[in-house]
Amino acid sequence: MLDCRGYFFESCVKLRSQNQGVEFDTKKDTMKTIQQILEECKMLAFDLNFTHSKNWLEKNKNGVVVGYMPIYFPREIIHAAGGLPVGVFGGGDRKQIIKGDAYYQSYICHIPRSIMELALDKHMAHFSGFIFPSICDVIRNLSGIFKQQKIGTFVKYMDFPQNFLPEIGGVFYQQEMQHVLAYIKEINGIEVTTEGLNHSIDLYNKNRRMIDFIYKIRQEYPWRLSIVDVYHIVRAGTVIPVEEHNVILEQVCEYIKGDVGTPQDKIKVVVSGAFCEQPAIGLIRAIEEAGCYIVDDDFMLGSRMIIGDIDATTKNPLESIALSYIKQSQYSSSIYDVHDPKEYRLAKIVKDRKADGVIFASASFCDPSLLDAPIFQNAFNKMGIRYISFQYSENINQFKVIKEQVGAFSDSIKLWEDEPTVA
Amino acid sequence: MSTEAQKEKSMILQKEMISGLFNDLSKAKETGKKVCYTFIPGNLSELIRTFDMLPVYPEINALQSAMRKKSAGYIKEAEKHAHSEDVCTYVKCDVGMMMKGNIGPTGEKIPEPDILLLSYTGCFTFLKWFETLKREYPNAVVIMVHTPYQENAKMTPEMTQYMVKQFYEEVIPKMEKVTGIKYDEAKLKRHLELSKEAEDWITKIFDTTKHRPSPIDAYFAGVYYIGPINIGFRGTQEAVDYYKELYSEIMERVRLGLGPITPEGEMKEEKYRLVVEGPPNWTSFREFWKIFYDMGAVIVASSYTKVGGVYDMGWRHDANRPLESLAEYCMNCYTNLNIPQRIDLLSKCIVDYQADGYVTNSIKSCNSFSAGQLGMMREIEDRLEVPVGFIESDLVDPRYFSYSNIKNRLESYFQMLEQRKIIKESTTV
Repeated sequence: MLDCRGYFFESCVKLRSQNQGVEFDTKKDTMKTIQQILEECKMLAFDLNFTHSKNWLEKNKNGVVVGYMPIYFPREIIHAAGGLPVGVFGGGDRKQIIKGDAYYQSYICHIPRSIMELALDKHMAHFSGFIFPSICDVIRNLSGIFKQQKIGTFVKYMDFPQNFLPEIGGVFYQQEMQHVLAYIKEINGIEVTTEGLNHSIDLYNKNRRMIDFIYKIRQEYPWRLSIVDVYHIVRAGTVIPVEEHNVILEQVCEYIKGDVGTPQDKIKVVVSGAFCEQPAIGLIRAIEEAGCYIVDDDFMLGSRMIIGDIDATTKNPLESIALSYIKQSQYSSSIYDVHDPKEYRLAKIVKDRKADGVIFASASFCDPSLLDAPIFQNAFNKMGIRYISFQYSENINQFKVIKEQVGAFSDSIKLWEDEPTVA
Repeated sequence: MSTEAQKEKSMILQKEMISGLFNDLSKAKETGKKVCYTFIPGNLSELIRTFDMLPVYPEINALQSAMRKKSAGYIKEAEKHAHSEDVCTYVKCDVGMMMKGNIGPTGEKIPEPDILLLSYTGCFTFLKWFETLKREYPNAVVIMVHTPYQENAKMTPEMTQYMVKQFYEEVIPKMEKVTGIKYDEAKLKRHLELSKEAEDWITKIFDTTKHRPSPIDAYFAGVYYIGPINIGFRGTQEAVDYYKELYSEIMERVRLGLGPITPEGEMKEEKYRLVVEGPPNWTSFREFWKIFYDMGAVIVASSYTKVGGVYDMGWRHDANRPLESLAEYCMNCYTNLNIPQRIDLLSKCIVDYQADGYVTNSIKSCNSFSAGQLGMMREIEDRLEVPVGFIESDLVDPRYFSYSNIKNRLESYFQMLEQRKIIKESTTV
């Protein structure tokens, strides 16, 4: 059962009482107002029954639903194989954990227990496969628990290369993708074609371009669309077909081109460290309400992982995808970075976005994020970039302390606004 | 502890080997030897020796600091510099030690690395650890070896090839450049032959726990036994000699029907035979061990002694396939096995060594081990109907070792084992 709050809760109760799912017909989307779109994205983003994918599966008899965990997975290949990739980002503050706690000690982050809870409560019973990208030991071992529990037809731990030579790491990555395709083919018999893959790459390129556009507009005019709405829009895209998400994005992009909203006296910040276990939406809202426009973040990093387009014109699209990961990836706590240090990359984002500071938000017990903290903070002390840090858990919904902390941060920056941001 | 610890002869031998290594390290700059920082799981000892380098293992420094009661101060130092309370305490202990002058266990300064060799096997924190070290040692050459995870419970030819390509294209050229020594495959093969020999011996040693009483404790004493093979001596005649000597000592104990040697002397009665999952606590190592031997519990197998290589299932280094063999070695370390493989391996240990119980020591700051342990425990309990116990501690942070909690839990567990024995005996009668 969902443990929802606010609007979402009411909507779900209504839907459940009518024995309906959350489904949207994109053919009618052109008729929708922006408010309707935002409401739909909000519901899609937190539909822990993944109803849209269930309905998609009913309509696509040869379809295969594949769940993927954070951070990044090349969704293009699932799409090209007639599948629907669905992001699994945990239960947040909307799912009571009972069974999941029996699998994880108190000193392990929250997301694996909520994913287990979702799996054991059959929220993902219609998923054929699960992909666990190589981001940390917890997610890696969770793949083993899924295997042991025989959840899904296939479970794939996706070992992203830490070698960044195209002929070594790039080849290995292509082999990893081929394994996923082989699993899907075993289920639906579909052999991906070069044309099909290039078409899928094209669709996701378009998707990334539009998300990028939204962030670019918000960099200058963050009041046009709240970060909460942006979050809902991007997260909704992880649970519906890319074609449908592109329709939504087109309308959102059109909307924010207009001079909408009212500027407020807030500082601009970049949020870093929240790339896996997601903060509750109330926490994201609290940051903005406390006086900060979030002009960049890594909440749904996977949807924005590849910077720029992936070449959709080659005879070897898997190679294109592999090269994009090797050469065009955003910095990430899960990529060995000594050849391209992350502190400089984040500093560049701060500069490019004209941000006043950084909020390091790490999920409690998140090794990659917490182990990066001293690297970032030592560097930013030297660079003169202002920051604060705090920890959260996906299921906490009391943000008073964090709000005060962020508010104090915002106030202090406003007082120091003449000082240079980046040395 | 009031009693002076009794040491087996092999322990003394090992101490000499380790002292020799630290002595060599302290003179590395004078002798011109290059220094290679690397990790235990997936350590490429034979390759390091082929290039005449000296290894430094940061996690060994950390655990030695803990045993010398210095880790608390080092961790505090790291935490002052933005290191979180909730991350690997090995990392913080090492970073803190570095901040305090990098003085090693022998009291001499550990030299800075010429190479940071990251063959990160089964632990993502290693990766983050070396990112931190690289920033502290900007002049060190970084060699990254990505070891694929055995996600599907096997090492495929493409995984091996991926690693071999990394050896050829990245690892060896960089080692040649730093050391000025040309790669000598014949030399590597000689080391690999000696590795195989040492691996045969250590397998036989850990197999002696099949005897009743078990002549050794495969966890608390086991961590000493794995020392030479894990910390740079694998591939040397010294290691082979050490293990031969150790085996002969142990077989003598078997002949005499003796139990394991503990810090307080020989264990008189073997009441419970256990398999333990997870690393030990290092800050209160002796107190921790004492809880077990006071209750007559001997550990007949442990997963921790397999972090530097799993040899039980027959895998060995192979001089005929030198680089492929190194690749397989890295992929075959315990924490690089997937969860079902770990369950199978531990189940095999419980059956083969006739264990009465299975205990998990869950380490707060080690997700590589800890994440999934509860699921493993449940599966093992269901599969073998063996009583399971669960305790929590930490690697090197004394704040997370609660003696009374652990003792209480273990006492209850041993009571349960005792009761089970009585029921079993009465049923048999």
